[in-house]
Amino acid sequence: MPLPPLATPAIALQADAADWREAVRAAGNALTVSGATKPEYSERMIGVIEEFGAYVVIAPGLALAHARPGPDVLAEGLSVVTLANPVPFGHPHNDPVSVVLGLAVTSAEEHVASVAELANVFNDEAIIGRIAEAQTPAAVRALLGYEADA
Amino acid sequence: MRIVAVCGAGIGTSAILQVNAQRALERLGLEADVSASDLASVSTAAADAQVILTSTELADQVRAAIGRNFAEIVVVQNYFDVDEIAGKLQTSLG
Repeated sequence: MPLPPLATPAIALQADAADWREAVRAAGNALTVSGATKPEYSERMIGVIEEFGAYVVIAPGLALAHARPGPDVLAEGLSVVTLANPVPFGHPHNDPVSVVLGLAVTSAEEHVASVAELANVFNDEAIIGRIAEAQTPAAVRALLGYEADA
Repeated sequence: MRIVAVCGAGIGTSAILQVNAQRALERLGLEADVSASDLASVSTAAADAQVILTSTELADQVRAAIGRNFAEIVVVQNYFDVDEIAGKLQTSLG
């Protein structure tokens, strides 16, 4: 199964974010710029964290921002944002966050296989630090196992 | 044996936990049916489960949601760390 689509415009490096909401918004903007979502999706991703807490920080330094499928999701997509200055999300073990992934899916059932591919990549514990330090979108795509162009 | 991975929205994070729990079980040589659920439906999804996997952040909410269900709640810190998940499942199932 393929990885979720990661368009080059959906990669933002060394973004400035003063807090976790801005970091999630940056991941949402990247999804919107790439055509995967409408702007409202950012606020829904923030809403998930407001409702359930910082559980989206699933590994040290890494947040997987996401929300349920909805009319603001135009196509399945992934975004990658690295932060110039890591921000705390309020997670007891995995703060601060330096890499935010934004995930948008159109159906709750159909994304499991592509997310499994993503898990393959991140089972290498060094990968988060490498992505945080990547200098170009092409380097991020290569680290995640994508083909060169998008 | 049934294991349920739980997250807030039922997509993304619970899917990663589901996949890595399956890997951990293979490593341990154990067979189990691992599914993913969101918090809103965990009491139904976990009705006949032995183990519920979730994050530190959600453990209390899962405990409140399942009520009198006797499934064990196993808290995972790093969803990508198959060693951590395998170790905790071994303790809980062994």
